[in-house]
Amino acid sequence: MAPTPLLEVRDVSVEFATREGAVRAVSQVDLDLVTGETLAIVGESGSGKSQMLLGLLGLTARNGRVSGSARFKGEELVGAGAKRLNQIRGAEIGFVFQDPMTSLNPYLTIGRQLTEPLTVHRRVGSAAATAQAIEMLHAVHITEPERRMQQYPHQLSGGMRQRVAIAMALICRPEMLIADEPTTALDVTVQAQVLSLLREVRERFGTAVILVTHDLGVIAELADRVNVMYAGRIVETGSVDEIFYNCRHPYTQALERSIPQLDDSRLERLVAIAGNPPNPLHLPPGCAFAPRCPYRLDVCDKSVPPLEAVEAGHRKACFYEGALDRMAEPA
Amino acid sequence: MSAAPNQAVVSIPPVAAISAPAGRSLWADAMARLMQNRFAVASAILLGVIVFAAIIVPWISPYNYYTPQWALLDLPPTWHGGHIFGTDDLGRDLLVRVMWGCRISLFIGLIATIVSVVIGVLWGAAAGFVGGHVDSVMMRIVDILYSVPFIPFVIILVVMFGRDLFLIFVAIGAVSWLDIARIVRGQTLSLGNKEFIEAARASGVSGPSIVVRHLVPNLLGIVVIYATLTVPSVILFEAFLSFLGLGVQAPMTSLGVLVSDGASELQSYPYLLFIPAVFLALIVYCLNYLGDGLRDVLDPKER
Repeated sequence: MAPTPLLEVRDVSVEFATREGAVRAVSQVDLDLVTGETLAIVGESGSGKSQMLLGLLGLTARNGRVSGSARFKGEELVGAGAKRLNQIRGAEIGFVFQDPMTSLNPYLTIGRQLTEPLTVHRRVGSAAATAQAIEMLHAVHITEPERRMQQYPHQLSGGMRQRVAIAMALICRPEMLIADEPTTALDVTVQAQVLSLLREVRERFGTAVILVTHDLGVIAELADRVNVMYAGRIVETGSVDEIFYNCRHPYTQALERSIPQLDDSRLERLVAIAGNPPNPLHLPPGCAFAPRCPYRLDVCDKSVPPLEAVEAGHRKACFYEGALDRMAEPA
Repeated sequence: MSAAPNQAVVSIPPVAAISAPAGRSLWADAMARLMQNRFAVASAILLGVIVFAAIIVPWISPYNYYTPQWALLDLPPTWHGGHIFGTDDLGRDLLVRVMWGCRISLFIGLIATIVSVVIGVLWGAAAGFVGGHVDSVMMRIVDILYSVPFIPFVIILVVMFGRDLFLIFVAIGAVSWLDIARIVRGQTLSLGNKEFIEAARASGVSGPSIVVRHLVPNLLGIVVIYATLTVPSVILFEAFLSFLGLGVQAPMTSLGVLVSDGASELQSYPYLLFIPAVFLALIVYCLNYLGDGLRDVLDPKER
């Protein structure tokens, strides 16, 4: 497959003006997404994952400001007019939100919500829209779609609502789907179903997926490439295998150590990352992870490490060049 | 591989489809629970009877509301000639006049409420949804209108345009949409943070469409409640204006006018006050109970 860049993000920053001063939620992020690929963005809460993607679509809160460049199929999204962004959102880029309990309007029927993007973007008649919506509900394995169309969100289970949300995001057949923690609010068995559904629709419709999550298990399941974010910056990026088996950033390592292993017979405590994420109002001048990092060098406190290639397709932002084997405790 | 889940669906026996709960909307659910509120149901029935009587009685009665009968002045309630509520100081049948009063009062209440709900909802939803400086300016306008004293405002309108039923709608509507705008704005602000609004934005729905298609349906619950509570307040407003002589023009009447006229003859003919006053009180009580019942069943926390 010839990798045509579908989305090319360069140097994107998102800043919020607050009473206490400017907060930089996302700093100089670069991303590439090719057609049909699945890119995962991982990081803990507040690392700027969601804000970056909302920023790309012009959905930043009123006090936010997005800078940099994001080209979707060669077209600049940052600073694009509201009208053009409305045409792209939903039609060419679908969005699935975290919590299906709140991302569906409780007062509207499933059918009305599902057909809305079609009537907005494709100007199809209501009969055709209904037919397409039913077809889409079939595609996401909703039983009795005709009856579901008449129902309200509270009559559906959480997993079914997330399927409906996915169907809604895909109904205009977008080339790119952004899934913002699509499984976080669901229980474990339903998570697995939603993940396999995402994999299936990706293959069926050839949709490129950006998957935001803090669940490394989800990434191993679904992603081709992984971006690890910390305090608004990408600290490591590479293929799934590189990130899982050959990670080179202490933060990535610490994240991986904090997942429970099902086949681990030793009953040991999970390794938590010591300390807290930095306050985005007062980011350290150097590497934001330095205060929590077991490999900290003097230079880490002074300057921000650039994102440099480790090998082809694998980059990290860390000054430490040695092997990562120490337990995750601050030096 | 993708066919496997479909096969699983087929293997589910049809019994599942039968036993599944039938689709019932939030509204259908609310209505079913309203039926269990005896006060609300009784109020609705009584209100229905009054409305029905107000429509039908002036139509079938041999009397009208404006022709004086000089031989039958101030007749107390009697079966004589079918004047069961008696006649007023010009010999006009009080039953017909009270029913006309109900017509006019309910009509004013309804129209003024609809006008104020439409303006208030759109104004409040727009302010809350757009936010920022637009919100500030729109709500300051509401504050300014709030501070305009009502009676001088009406007197100025009457002096400028003369007495007119339409003017009463304008005057009452101009005041009563302010409350609704404030309530709706507050609700919109809290709804604006909900994910489904963000989801609508993310699927490319434009701002005005989000207000109309997503915000307004979510606001309907509270608006319906508020509207049922506004109707009686508007009726009382009109009664108050008519009492001051600023309301509807004679010989047309309203419950407010009837009460006002009756009050002046309280000593000699108390029924001229009591009968319209009872109808006014009944209408206001019924609407208040109905609004109260609606508030109970439509409040999401009660669910």
